[in-house]
Amino acid sequence: MQGSSPPSLIASDLASRRGDRVLFRGLSVELGQGDALHVTGANGSGKTTLMRTLAGLMTPFEGGVETAGAIGLLDDRPALDPDLPLGKALAFWERVDGCADPNATVQKLGLSTLLDVPIQYLSTGQKKRAALASLLNRNVPIWLLDEPLSGLDKGAIGLVNALIGEHSASGGIAVIASHQELAIEGMRSLAIEDYAR
Amino acid sequence: MIAALLRRDLAQFFPFTGSGAALPLVFFLAVAMLYPFAVGPDANVLTKTGGGVVWIAALLAAILPVEKLVRADIERGMFDQLRLRGMAEEMMMAVRLLAHWLSFGPPLILAAFPAAALLGLDGPTLHLILIGLLAGTPGLAAIGLIIAALTASLRAGAALSGLLLIPLALPLLIFGAGALARQDVASLGFAGAISLGLVAIAPFAAGAAIRAAREV
Repeated sequence: MQGSSPPSLIASDLASRRGDRVLFRGLSVELGQGDALHVTGANGSGKTTLMRTLAGLMTPFEGGVETAGAIGLLDDRPALDPDLPLGKALAFWERVDGCADPNATVQKLGLSTLLDVPIQYLSTGQKKRAALASLLNRNVPIWLLDEPLSGLDKGAIGLVNALIGEHSASGGIAVIASHQELAIEGMRSLAIEDYAR
Repeated sequence: MIAALLRRDLAQFFPFTGSGAALPLVFFLAVAMLYPFAVGPDANVLTKTGGGVVWIAALLAAILPVEKLVRADIERGMFDQLRLRGMAEEMMMAVRLLAHWLSFGPPLILAAFPAAALLGLDGPTLHLILIGLLAGTPGLAAIGLIIAALTASLRAGAALSGLLLIPLALPLLIFGAGALARQDVASLGFAGAISLGLVAIAPFAAGAAIRAAREV
């Protein structure tokens, strides 16, 4: 991965709540170069809250998160304007990120035939692949993937597994919140229910 | 990054390009066109009250897109992704404020000419309206943005928008539209000052509001 210092993501003694309900407490995790972590848990157990807290978008109730390296978050909100064709919607983020070779990503994810289709007409799986494309275009060391497999077909699931494997093999960090099976070598796993009080 | 965001925001909100974004302008002209029918064709009444109607129409045009001004991008995750790229919420909102103003301010100032003709306003009144709109519309845009951001995460947001609008817009109307009754340019200075104050506050108020919306 790019960058001089190795990426790291350290969460210490995290607690988060939703309204009055504490979702998890005392959650600590330390991730360094090439680490992949699979966060599991039932619906509503706090996976998304954890991901957003790790991303720095939500403030934890207790504890803190320290990161070195830029963070990319993939969730169910692809941040692509629904009225724009896929190519133009992706082009906005390419301009923001100064992406060098967006075509390669589009090819890799099998989106080249969809570039003229407005985002709102894409299927769930296609939208997910589009969001993956803008994540890949950013070329960041830390990936936070919230349910990256939902809505994807078999081929695309294999592709996402391969991409995550590639990412951690090249020294990146990946945290994947998913209730589906993942096949990534050397992946650790964390059940969020263990930290529910 | 800022230039790219401004381009994108303008494309989303500028009349004639974004979806249904020309609405404020059409609305503005429709009010100017219908008003003489509502109060009757008495030239005296129209000249006396027409300026105020232009101001009310401008105010409503600034508030019309409030529903989608901030909420849509929260739902799309746009602000989250920009935050992850290191952009401050205040900057996002400052860019949005500029885009919002550009999308209705200059078009309304141009539309004031046909509106003045429709209402039979004379030269000096039109003059006051034009300066007043130039001074006041940035403030109206700021009010729109603040309200949009504050109500974005609320279910009954639309109802609250109206309530929030009244106290925020009152000073601008007193000094901006009030200048017409007194035929007095000086009070437009006050309108401009209030407008600038609102513009200065808006990015911070709206930025804090969208940060708070994440915690819900």
